[in-house]
Amino acid sequence: MAILDKHAIIEKSPTLLLTFSLLVVSVGGLVEIAPLFWLENTIEEVEGVRPYSPLELTGRDIYVREGCYTCHSQMIRPMRDEVERYGHYSLAAESMYDHPFQWGSKRTGPDLARVGQRYSDAWHVDHLIDPQSVVPESIMPKYSFLMDAKIEPEHIEALLKTHRFVGVPYTDEQIQMASDDFYVQADPEADYDGMLERYPGAAVANFDGQKALTEMDALVAYLQVMGTMVDFSTFTPDASR
Amino acid sequence: MKKDKIDEPTGVETTGHSWDGIEELNNPLPRWWLWTLYGCIVWGVGYSIAYPAWPMLSGATTGLLGYSTRAEVAEQIVEHEQKNQGLVAQLIAADLSELPATSDLHRYGIARGGSVFRAQCSQCHGSGAAGSKGYPNLLDDNWLWGGSIDEISTTVAHGIRNETDEDAHFSQMPAFKDILENDDITAVVEYVISLSNTEFNSDLARQGETVYADNCASCHGDDAKGDREQGAPNLADAIWLYGGDRETLTTTVKQARYGVMPAWGQRLSDEDVRAVSLYVHALGGGE
Repeated sequence: MAILDKHAIIEKSPTLLLTFSLLVVSVGGLVEIAPLFWLENTIEEVEGVRPYSPLELTGRDIYVREGCYTCHSQMIRPMRDEVERYGHYSLAAESMYDHPFQWGSKRTGPDLARVGQRYSDAWHVDHLIDPQSVVPESIMPKYSFLMDAKIEPEHIEALLKTHRFVGVPYTDEQIQMASDDFYVQADPEADYDGMLERYPGAAVANFDGQKALTEMDALVAYLQVMGTMVDFSTFTPDASR
Repeated sequence: MKKDKIDEPTGVETTGHSWDGIEELNNPLPRWWLWTLYGCIVWGVGYSIAYPAWPMLSGATTGLLGYSTRAEVAEQIVEHEQKNQGLVAQLIAADLSELPATSDLHRYGIARGGSVFRAQCSQCHGSGAAGSKGYPNLLDDNWLWGGSIDEISTTVAHGIRNETDEDAHFSQMPAFKDILENDDITAVVEYVISLSNTEFNSDLARQGETVYADNCASCHGDDAKGDREQGAPNLADAIWLYGGDRETLTTTVKQARYGVMPAWGQRLSDEDVRAVSLYVHALGGGE
């Protein structure tokens, strides 16, 4: 075929070669990625999933900073063994406000997608300080320094705004109250009704048992909300999708 | 381009490409390789017709086979449940306290309970159920909230001091740092140590006995044997949940302890709660 004999033209011109290579590669991207933005069934509608509270979001940043994802995934796959061990398989909607998401299948440690409310706050604190004190066979490193790392909501408004910029529906009220909400979630004696209205189902507790607000408080607040937003006793996902 | 040029030494046709006089032979691709490639293409097309694949306007094509991972996992779970249906029904109906240890149902319950324990309970109570500081040992015959099958199963289902289940066991020891003087606390700690240890300061312990009677006996009992109705531990048996040395006991008295156990009835099925209770009961200390 005559057109196939003309490849020497492309091969001899770097600009042409680059342009056509880019075109070919974008076809793959268009076919695989673009439809996710218009297909209606990409993320099924689920009741209960809300943006993270300021303290949870801070805890999530600590989770990412410490690289917890290198050993723990947050994605229960639809397979019997995983469902039996970890709970209901994860839905896309459950991580729609995650930036970045924490999916994966490499599990040096167990999947954490539904770890929320599975253990007491005190257990999480004991376990993060010294994992081997409660699980002797664990190879997880110690994170006791989180107990000493005090935190303040210095950048919390900016953090929420950044998440709103990438599509998390934080309201103006949530951003305005971010600093207050940050404190009251870790203080059971404060007036946290407003915070709970903005973030239904958030756990309110002095998570680490210390007076000071530390990274431990934030991380445990995040761990305790993971996978608890959807109530599977009332919600039945589509049987097939 | 001259396609029909033949390379003389080998007698093979050349592609016509020539770099500084070096020419490229046009040997045909190995047949097996070529046919594998064609086969893969055909299989790929067939696969994308049979299984969900192509994105359309509102959703992807569902495929002729109607395959779905969700349907498959649901099917597998149903299939597995059906296999155990009879045993599960028996497990729910049976009076577990009367169940003979040699019966098949007992064996099934222990096996099922063991796997529930390893997946859900071992993180706190240890994979061997020996517990650790703050998390009770389940192998011994020392129980905070009772060690009969029914009591264990109530504890498993509703948990302790959690905020998610109204029926959770609840009790709270006061933090005595605001109630007692430091001297009294030192004395009462010495008295508590004297109940199970031979090495103690007897003057101090005698002093502590009055403090104990006034402040502690109402929950832990005059004889310090505890009270299961309110999860008050036995203080006279040298078994310690948080530690029995002076320093730990002082912390315990001053700040009080508040051990929380989640309500597993909200996460596990009835049969799993019953099975794991049977398993824990059979670990050695069941009553």
